[in-house]
Amino acid sequence: MPELAISAEGLRKSYGDVHALRGIDLAVPPGTILGLLGPNGAGKTTAVRILVTLLRPDGGRATVAGHDVLHEPDAVRAAIGLTGQYAAVDENLTGRENLEMVGRLLHMGRPAARARAVGLLATFDLTEAGGRPARTYSGGMRRRLDLAASLVGHPEVLFLDEPTTGLDPASRLGLWDVIEGLVADGTTILLTTQYLEEADRLANRIAVIDDGLVIAEGTASQLKDRLGEDVVDVRIADPSRTSEALELLRPLAATEPRADLADGRISLPVHHGAGTLAEVVRAVDGAGLEVAELSLHRPSLDDVFLSLTGRRAEAEPAARAEDAGSAPGTRRRFGRPGRRNAA
Amino acid sequence: MTAATAGVAPRRATPVRRSPLWIVTDSLTIAWRWMLAVVRNPQLLVVDTITPIMFVLLFAVVFGGAIQTPGIDYVTFLMPGIFVQTVVFGGTGTAVGLAEDLQKGIIDRFRSLPMAPSAVLIGKTTADLLRNAYTVLVMTLVGFLIGFRFTGTVPEFVLALVLITFFGYSISWLSANIGLRAKSAQAAQGAIFIPVFPLTFLSSAFVPVATMPEWLQPIAEANPVTVVVNAARGLIVGLPQTDTILLAFAWIAGLVAVFAPLAIWSYRRKG
Repeated sequence: MPELAISAEGLRKSYGDVHALRGIDLAVPPGTILGLLGPNGAGKTTAVRILVTLLRPDGGRATVAGHDVLHEPDAVRAAIGLTGQYAAVDENLTGRENLEMVGRLLHMGRPAARARAVGLLATFDLTEAGGRPARTYSGGMRRRLDLAASLVGHPEVLFLDEPTTGLDPASRLGLWDVIEGLVADGTTILLTTQYLEEADRLANRIAVIDDGLVIAEGTASQLKDRLGEDVVDVRIADPSRTSEALELLRPLAATEPRADLADGRISLPVHHGAGTLAEVVRAVDGAGLEVAELSLHRPSLDDVFLSLTGRRAEAEPAARAEDAGSAPGTRRRFGRPGRRNAA
Repeated sequence: MTAATAGVAPRRATPVRRSPLWIVTDSLTIAWRWMLAVVRNPQLLVVDTITPIMFVLLFAVVFGGAIQTPGIDYVTFLMPGIFVQTVVFGGTGTAVGLAEDLQKGIIDRFRSLPMAPSAVLIGKTTADLLRNAYTVLVMTLVGFLIGFRFTGTVPEFVLALVLITFFGYSISWLSANIGLRAKSAQAAQGAIFIPVFPLTFLSSAFVPVATMPEWLQPIAEANPVTVVVNAARGLIVGLPQTDTILLAFAWIAGLVAVFAPLAIWSYRRKG
């Protein structure tokens, strides 16, 4: 199919002098998942809000399911589902009533809305809980109900804004299964996440977004080729010898290693973690360097960001506050002053 | 939980034609949702029942002896005032409910559905109208128990109650504007009382305007709460003043005509 399920060209959005989006391009073919990966405040939510017709962009254009988000908002709304960062369910209604309400607001007719609700409750393991008010649900159940609500209208394109943030590992795995099932059925998904692991597991392609711009785009393996499969972290006991250790270890790295000269920390992106670990130990040992800490881990969003931007992904704690611009000197910017930040 | 087996597969959406009927059906769906919230929270219903009873008893018994109302006993003077105050306070619930919905992302969901945009607000204000009607009914019954009597005709009395209830409805629309701009439910609760307190107490609801400082009297006389209370009082004692009644309905219509489109406009423009 030549037609893209989601296409965006040069999307821009500012709040005063805070530039939430500074010209974003996206192209998502039907039946695939695009992972929009970035830290809090990178502009992920702003991009989603524009694509689901909640927010008007200052510039650029976008189509979803073939419809222009600015000029045919109702047609876009009929084709999409949205699951936001918080479970948008009515606590006073039962699970079934929540889904029925959405069906009725989609003008399905009462019997069809009810049948759809019952079917979705079964899909999401909520049949038993379906008669209870949603306020009695656990966090994981609410998220499942919220996701079910976004599927009532059989959406062609589904937007999931950090769907697993705050979920326990078991619930997260369950949700991943559901998402994979949806794509297998032909749904197109745009998923935002702060977790590289999540994007890696689910997405066909990943767009890394930072400070309102897409700074890298490709498949997970393309990104990993740039980053290495694993990261070896070494801390040299004597920080004054960090440069010496860095020279020793550089040949073992898949890409340029990073070092913190002040506390002797070196991060080494590598391709074959376990094997390289032994070589690292031999190399530093042979030079008579004492190792204070040594660890091997999968690259995190932090590593991606360090590698792509030379900066850490996480915002300073002070800058996490919703009010944009109130924390001078922080590097991360925040897209949405007020109710929600533009993560 | 495999979606593949359960018919969640996407379907090409049929072209969307917005029907004017959606305003009605969608508003009913939203109103139904809010009515269920009251039914599901028996505590809420108890609060809705006890608060008006408390107001009636406190004002009638505590202030009853202290405030002189020439030519009319204080309970009869007071009841329309308490009715109006209670429906105005009831109208503040619109702000709090909408602010909560915004906070939870429920408004985002509604706004991403192909539904009538005005329905979320029409549905909520309608539910609050029904809730206020219930409150007025409870207050009337309690009033009767402590000696409140109407001396006009039954239709006059009913018209007074309708007038009062719909005044609460117009306040709901003012309230909706505040709810849609508030950053949280608590902020909405605080903000809505800034206009509501002077509106209710700078009026003839609890004391005759003539007892107020002279410079304040014109303000109190112009206050829509005074107009509505005076109109209701006239109807209740069987001395209806047509001018005041018409002015009261004009206030209600005017408030709705200004604040309803404004609220719908800010709902649609919400980011």
